[in-house]
Amino acid sequence: MSPRQTGANVARGGRQQLDVRGLLCPLPVIRTQERVESLSTGTLLDILATDPGVLQDIPAWCRVHGHGLVATARDDTCIRITIEVCET
Amino acid sequence: MKKAIALISGGLDSMLAAKVVQEQGVHVEGLNFYTGFCVEGHTHAIRKKRQVKPRRNNALWVAEQLGIKLHIIDVAEEYKDIVLNPKHGYGQNLNPCLDCKIFMVDRARTWGVAERDFDFIVTGEVIGQRPKSQRKETMPLIARESGADDLLLRPLCARNLAPTRPEREGWVDRDALYGFHGRNRKPQMALAESFGFSDYAQPAGGCCFLTDAQYASKLADLWDARGARDYELDDIMLLKVGRHIRPASHYKLIVGREEGENRYLEGYRNRFLHLRTTGFPGPLALIDGAPEPRDVTLAARILARYSRGRTLPRVDVSAHHVNGVVELLNVEPLPPTELPAAWHV
Repeated sequence: MSPRQTGANVARGGRQQLDVRGLLCPLPVIRTQERVESLSTGTLLDILATDPGVLQDIPAWCRVHGHGLVATARDDTCIRITIEVCET
Repeated sequence: MKKAIALISGGLDSMLAAKVVQEQGVHVEGLNFYTGFCVEGHTHAIRKKRQVKPRRNNALWVAEQLGIKLHIIDVAEEYKDIVLNPKHGYGQNLNPCLDCKIFMVDRARTWGVAERDFDFIVTGEVIGQRPKSQRKETMPLIARESGADDLLLRPLCARNLAPTRPEREGWVDRDALYGFHGRNRKPQMALAESFGFSDYAQPAGGCCFLTDAQYASKLADLWDARGARDYELDDIMLLKVGRHIRPASHYKLIVGREEGENRYLEGYRNRFLHLRTTGFPGPLALIDGAPEPRDVTLAARILARYSRGRTLPRVDVSAHHVNGVVELLNVEPLPPTELPAAWHV
């Protein structure tokens, strides 16, 4: 499945945060999947994580489910991945 | 269009099984279970930073190759009962493979068929592939005890089994399914090639740490030391990391073996008495159990033995207690001859 175009609907579904720091993959993916099930299309979800595995796994999960990957940022202590919930 | 839910482990067989059904025009989605013991996926943070090739989650990768959705379900808590009380017993180590397969097919049935609108279940099982769970006599048992009955289709060996409902009702063409059997992987590899799959996971020793003799031995040691067959998720994660050294039944050390493991163990340092060398780099050691003061000194000597100061006459070690107290020790590294092999779990 191809990645969705993202970023156009920031105001539509609001913005939420999911803190999965300390969890190892695939638990951050599972917690993301569980949260996304309750979110409406267009919502932005900021995922805070520490396992570098999320840098591969969350984008892959977005691709197979058709959600958008908006941004990825990383510093010494935390990884922040922003995804956009898309109609799937 | 008929819909199938396929168990996707990340290995080749489940990938092929899903593909075979997809090729027949069936809508397929994948299901993958997180038990806590899975080899797949969860150990990125434990690995060395400079690993050449970043490990991928193979189940997600398979889903991408197939162009299907993959639902990953956390079953770690309920899976405890399978590990602790397997009705059909263990395999060579602490692997409850038959009970595990029944459990997963049952969960696929409830998740996919009972609660959603999937019509049948697909697995990559092959008769004779695994000594415990994939045998001619276990195939009907799994179908029966999972409650899936004839809604369970094994596309890779279906022609060696009685026709299932998807075959009888024409949802899939039985003639386009396969009759693989035994441990020979060549038929699967040929089928993979015919689909254009050249890069696929070939996990050695199965999909689960419970099939690993060393891991199973550590789990059995944990149960012995605690006097109870039980575990929490953190227990089974820590069994995957470091050297486990038990000088006495009431405590053990978990000593990081490399940078990635030390970094992972750091995440637990506030919940365990932990030791580290001071003055030069060395591993981190967590102490699990209830050590006496003299045990802490021995633990510090063991830690020093694995540090860069192992050849020095004395090494400084800091012991960080859970209550925040830091104890400074100056110890002689334990000579290898005084570290009995029996202490290594």
